[in-house]
Amino acid sequence: MTTLSRRGFLQTAVASGAVLTLGFTPRGALAQAAQTQQLTPFLKVAGDGTVTAIVKHLEGGQGAATGLSTLIAEELNMQLTDIRFEMAPANAAVYNNLLFGPVQATGGSTAMANSFMQYRTAGAAAREMLIAAAAQQWSVAPESLALKEGIISGDGKSVSIGELVGDAAKMDVPAEPTLKDPSEWTQIGNPQRARRDSSDKINGQAMFSMDVHLDGMLVVAIKRTPRMGGVVISFDDSAAKDINGFDHAATLPNGAGVAVYARNTWAAFQARDALSVEWDFSKAEARGSDEILADLRMQLDGEPDYNVNNADQAAVAATIDGAATTLSQEFYFPLLAHSPMEPINATIEPLENGGVRYHDGAQGPTANQMVAAQILEISPEQVEVKSLYAGGFFGRRLNGGSDYLVELTMAYALTDRTRPVKLVWSREDDVTGGWYRPMALHRVRVGLDDAGKIIGWEHHVATPSIFKGSPFEEAMVRDGVDSSSIEGIADGPYTIPGMALMLSDAKKATTVNWWRSVGHSHTAYVMEVMMDLAAEASGIDPVEFRLNHLDQNSDDGSRAAQVLKLAAEKAGWAQQGDGRSLGVAVHKSFNTYIAEVCEISTPDDTIRIDKVTAAVDCGIAVNPDVIKAQVEGAIGWGMGHAMRGEITLDKGEIVQSNFPDYEPLRIADIGAIDVHIVPSALPPSGIGEPGTPPAAPALANAIARATGQRITELPMISSTDFYL
Amino acid sequence: MDYTVKINGATRQVAAEPGTPLLWVIRDELRLTGTKFGCGVASCGACTVHLDGEPVRSCQTYIEDIEDAEITTIEAAADDPVGAAVQQAWGELDVVQCGYCQSGQIMSAIGLLRETPKPDSTQINDYMSGNVCRCATYQRIRAAVQRASEILEG
Repeated sequence: MTTLSRRGFLQTAVASGAVLTLGFTPRGALAQAAQTQQLTPFLKVAGDGTVTAIVKHLEGGQGAATGLSTLIAEELNMQLTDIRFEMAPANAAVYNNLLFGPVQATGGSTAMANSFMQYRTAGAAAREMLIAAAAQQWSVAPESLALKEGIISGDGKSVSIGELVGDAAKMDVPAEPTLKDPSEWTQIGNPQRARRDSSDKINGQAMFSMDVHLDGMLVVAIKRTPRMGGVVISFDDSAAKDINGFDHAATLPNGAGVAVYARNTWAAFQARDALSVEWDFSKAEARGSDEILADLRMQLDGEPDYNVNNADQAAVAATIDGAATTLSQEFYFPLLAHSPMEPINATIEPLENGGVRYHDGAQGPTANQMVAAQILEISPEQVEVKSLYAGGFFGRRLNGGSDYLVELTMAYALTDRTRPVKLVWSREDDVTGGWYRPMALHRVRVGLDDAGKIIGWEHHVATPSIFKGSPFEEAMVRDGVDSSSIEGIADGPYTIPGMALMLSDAKKATTVNWWRSVGHSHTAYVMEVMMDLAAEASGIDPVEFRLNHLDQNSDDGSRAAQVLKLAAEKAGWAQQGDGRSLGVAVHKSFNTYIAEVCEISTPDDTIRIDKVTAAVDCGIAVNPDVIKAQVEGAIGWGMGHAMRGEITLDKGEIVQSNFPDYEPLRIADIGAIDVHIVPSALPPSGIGEPGTPPAAPALANAIARATGQRITELPMISSTDFYL
Repeated sequence: MDYTVKINGATRQVAAEPGTPLLWVIRDELRLTGTKFGCGVASCGACTVHLDGEPVRSCQTYIEDIEDAEITTIEAAADDPVGAAVQQAWGELDVVQCGYCQSGQIMSAIGLLRETPKPDSTQINDYMSGNVCRCATYQRIRAAVQRASEILEG
């Protein structure tokens, strides 16, 4: 992980009207692409003293708005509860994700990790400028003044920062403002429940992009090819014409669907249902899930495409063959849809200057700009993005094909471009609409010595690549290996000698995408169930077995060991029995270490999840309660999909269509979740995703403890009954 | 067709086709967007509103069937003591994450507390099982329902 330097973050400041706007251009190794020294606001101070944080990351529930606001509030010595926030406009030159290069985007659990220094520095600079303005006004030394709760005081006087806005804006921006010492923090690390987006979401006022209504807009629903690769030959909209509110229909230029335009959402859906389309399926996917699985298995039977870690495969195989104990296991993971609560949608409107404005829960505003520039033949600078709340995203609102943005923009391009166009997906569109977590098949052989030490680990994964063919290929694919296909196997915290990691790229049957925790969503399951099997084969307690393979003299090993021990202690690991069965898993992802212990019971020979205990090391815990909430949610995400989530194909078509057959986690599924945070002074790492990877294997290991059944094919309901 | 609907204490005229789900009348015509579209098949509860005080799924309730019923949406939830208590509890516990399902969760929770003022965990689970939260805020929803119950007890 590259370190963040605050040197060079501060370039200059601008004043606009009565609002002091501080702008910084990130430079240095993490943001070399930010060549333009463009002014960019991270916070505003209004004439009435109101402070507004400008949040560069999408708020989709993960708490980015609260987190970034906390950093500003801390450095301005104000309460988090007193700060407001608004979403940043599209401008990758300054609002880029410092870990992604020249791209403004949210993902990879990086919102806090990349913003921690940047936003603190912004807040500190504003504090120093405001104090300097007061010092100048009163002709006193700035050191004699202090800022607290929006008031600067000292020398027997006090003034609201709102009154200093004009003068402060004329100050030079301090090159390296003094950040508060962590010992002085009152907001960072504060366990308060103070989400900045809470009240709007409780009273129905929060604006999601689904809630956008613009005068004269057309609502579009799209009839998409039911099989990847299908192309429209023709359509008949004569029945649609009977739907009141139907406007017209048009084939998308890429042939992947027909856009149905209407006066409102219901009319668009009704008219779309009434449309009949003739498809050319000659180049379309035709396999069913069983055939796709057979293809994956054939790949594992053959030579791997890539020797990921350049291991001596023959030597590793020989070690395992000669081991005291050899374990061999295959694992299967189905396609999974993200299905955020808010079905996919976005709106585009023409601007008088010839540009366009998107209203979008934009995970990657830079993608909006690129898509519009390409399809509408305008410059990216002519593309505005009004970022709204996303009703969950889990990765779904950005992908290598910018799917819904391309659809929306093509649908708009087909009109006379004088009216706004809003694209709305139904839940059926979402469940059948592709960009799934890829299917994966793993085959693993592990060799153990007499003492229960792993001496060889052979691991072959067959899965389609997420990144190949996407705009992110160059960043994520090395020597042919898509890191997202195998992350979490050889780069985990365990010390495993003699590992041979192999990868084969499978042929896609659907579009695939990152899905909360990406590759870790399947690799952690394999690693942690195999560790459990190995512990069992060695006759060693699963926690002890794992600790035996964590080098506590290494950073990775010690942090993993610490969360493992803490979770085990808090869960009462030593007191199993009496109908309580506990399973454990620990995993590192997005530079965060999480161990989870799942406690189950077996009423009526079913599995009931009574409690999950988690221990988290994500570096400095900026908002401990948000971190707890993210881990609670990520556990639900991991377990829910492992229990029941599965997208399957029949002759190339998706079988599932909506929540009744893509059944989500519900309230009764998990009894209680107890999250513990390890104190840390290290820079913050990811938290939106890392709670997911250990969840499913912890459940699987608990089930094995209770029933002896090792579940190696997901979803679990194929072989297990859950308590209802 | 023109319909007269009584919603959040007001009487409004709307034009809609028979067979239009109340959800889309509320959202697209009356522009009250706190009520959410989640699945369209009464499987997620995001569209929950009250008809004469009873929670219903507005995506499966049709405009021609409303007749004289009083519709209450999340925008008017605070006008009722139970609604105000539920919203207060939701805030105290920071239940929301993405927030998209929470209007429906709150409207269902109000229905539960009117029916069962002091629900235990099983009663909460049973009543709230039709409301999906993909962020899995369920544990906090359970706690917030119980907290709202305490607030109402005074």
